[in-house]
Amino acid sequence: MSVGLPVDDVPDPLGGALLARSAVQRRRFWNPAIVGGAAVLVFMLAISLAAPWLGTMDPKAINPAVRNKLPGFSESVRAADGRTSEAVHRMGTDSLGRDIYSRVLYGARASLLVGSSVAIISIGVGLVLGLLAGYLRWLDAVVMRFMDGLMAIPAILLAIALVSLSSAGLGAVIVAIVIPEIPRVVRLVRSIVLSVREEPFVEAAIAAGTRTLPLIARHIMPSTLAPLIVQATYVAASAMLIEAILSFLGVGIPPETPTWGNIMAEGRALFRVFPHNILFPGTFLALTVLAVNMLGDGLRDALDPRFVERTA
Amino acid sequence: MIAYILRRVLATVPVMAIVAVLVFSMLRFTPGDPAAIIAGSSATTQDVIDIRQKLGLDEPVATQFFIWLRHLAVGDLGESFFFKKPVAELIGDRLEPTLALATSTMILAILIAVPLGVLAAWKRGTWIDRLVMGFSVLGFSVPVFVIGYSLIYVFAIRLNWLPVQGYQPIAQGLGGFLQRLVLPSLSLAVIYVALIARITRTSMLEVLHQDYIRTAKAKGLGNRAVLMHHALRNAAVPIVTVIGIGIALLIGGVVVTESVFSIPGLGRLTVDAVLARDYPTVQAVILLFSLVYVVMNLLVDVAYTVLDPRIRY
Repeated sequence: MSVGLPVDDVPDPLGGALLARSAVQRRRFWNPAIVGGAAVLVFMLAISLAAPWLGTMDPKAINPAVRNKLPGFSESVRAADGRTSEAVHRMGTDSLGRDIYSRVLYGARASLLVGSSVAIISIGVGLVLGLLAGYLRWLDAVVMRFMDGLMAIPAILLAIALVSLSSAGLGAVIVAIVIPEIPRVVRLVRSIVLSVREEPFVEAAIAAGTRTLPLIARHIMPSTLAPLIVQATYVAASAMLIEAILSFLGVGIPPETPTWGNIMAEGRALFRVFPHNILFPGTFLALTVLAVNMLGDGLRDALDPRFVERTA
Repeated sequence: MIAYILRRVLATVPVMAIVAVLVFSMLRFTPGDPAAIIAGSSATTQDVIDIRQKLGLDEPVATQFFIWLRHLAVGDLGESFFFKKPVAELIGDRLEPTLALATSTMILAILIAVPLGVLAAWKRGTWIDRLVMGFSVLGFSVPVFVIGYSLIYVFAIRLNWLPVQGYQPIAQGLGGFLQRLVLPSLSLAVIYVALIARITRTSMLEVLHQDYIRTAKAKGLGNRAVLMHHALRNAAVPIVTVIGIGIALLIGGVVVTESVFSIPGLGRLTVDAVLARDYPTVQAVILLFSLVYVVMNLLVDVAYTVLDPRIRY
């Protein structure tokens, strides 16, 4: 599922030139969507990294004595030296007695890791394929037909099939989400290359005898930068949603690993009585994806001023 | 026009061929022996070999592929390893719930989203616009199963207005059928409402700048007439495109929604088949969904020529 931008939003192919710093340009980046989105993401990153020091317990520790407790339940824990202390389950526990609060905090790691690595890998692979397809005519037909075929398979189905047929694990999940995302990146890059290659500065470079690879790298690739940054945010948002869906359907990252999708999958059976197992991780996931989407919308407006004029 | 449609239909053949190759090879080159899985844990080596032979899994991969294609050509989708039934029959059994869910979701989404988008464009820059756009970004961000469970919690568990889960065939009564369809359609519709409302707004904004809109207003037409007859009609092409593309998203959403609401449709079938490594079923279902996607794209392209007479091929 590409939850990203609709196809007609292909940004200004010359947006790359706008990355040059100017006072006007810098001010443009201070819009509420970018600042708000980035702030939420920094918060999520902070809690995921600082999880061990935020009053969490072992997110994988199973404790049959405190199964299915409501948020705020506290139990007394006897330490090795015989002293007892109170442990509060801020978000309750699941049906194996694992602490939801700890799992939600640690779960941020998986979501952020999957989101960012899928974005980086699919943009990287898509960029190379798109540049080559856009510039080398003989390769174009082959690559694009292949991409058309890949795009015709619904992304979630492709990801489910890929991940469940290989060994379950973080790497497999990332690959399974990357593959359906690649065609969209290739199409975007190719469309930019096709328009940029007709520009006078590219013709000038060709006339000056620049060889193909330096030409692509130095003169064509920079134009793809701004649209790709925006696209990367949409890919990341969609990747986090698909990861949660895979975990939720039971084909994703192994269930003992704390991920938001896994916590929700675990909470499905007893949802009627203990909705917090789905509502807490669901809220965190939605907030994070929302932040990434807002960041993407903000960056698109900042990097492509034409778009703002047209629609605002 | 006819020539264009014919050319466009022919262009789908290579795409479907690539899908067929991809689907086939994806499932064959992954670890796990389906014969061993079907045979079960108590089977002997001979059982596994027998099953492999019976299913043709001992043939070279290329031969298997062509056998599969030949069967496909005559509409034989093979027999499910797991359900022990012809796949075509299996799909037939599961078609109604999925079609019902997809149709009601689309109708619901269009009915909600288009007016919202028009309203947002008309009231551009006001709090109404911002509310609609804010909802749109939110709709993209909340996973469909979180929406589904939230709706179940509020409307089925707390308020007790609607059944929690399940499906009732339309033949057993329209009331029960619709009652069980409301929550799943509503959950799945959220993302389309977000998508369609956003495109409707953008497209309307472009059209509202045009001279003929000013003319229409100048000759004293009411807002309603201007928006609906003059603006929306001309803004329709991108909206139709996004509705068509939305079908692809819909298919993915169906898989999840059917799991959340325990609806015995094609999405549920796909997940079960994948988990059981039921190759023939997985291949057939993915192929079918891809075909739906390709046909929808085709219909969208054809719809252009109808909606915008300026487009000529």
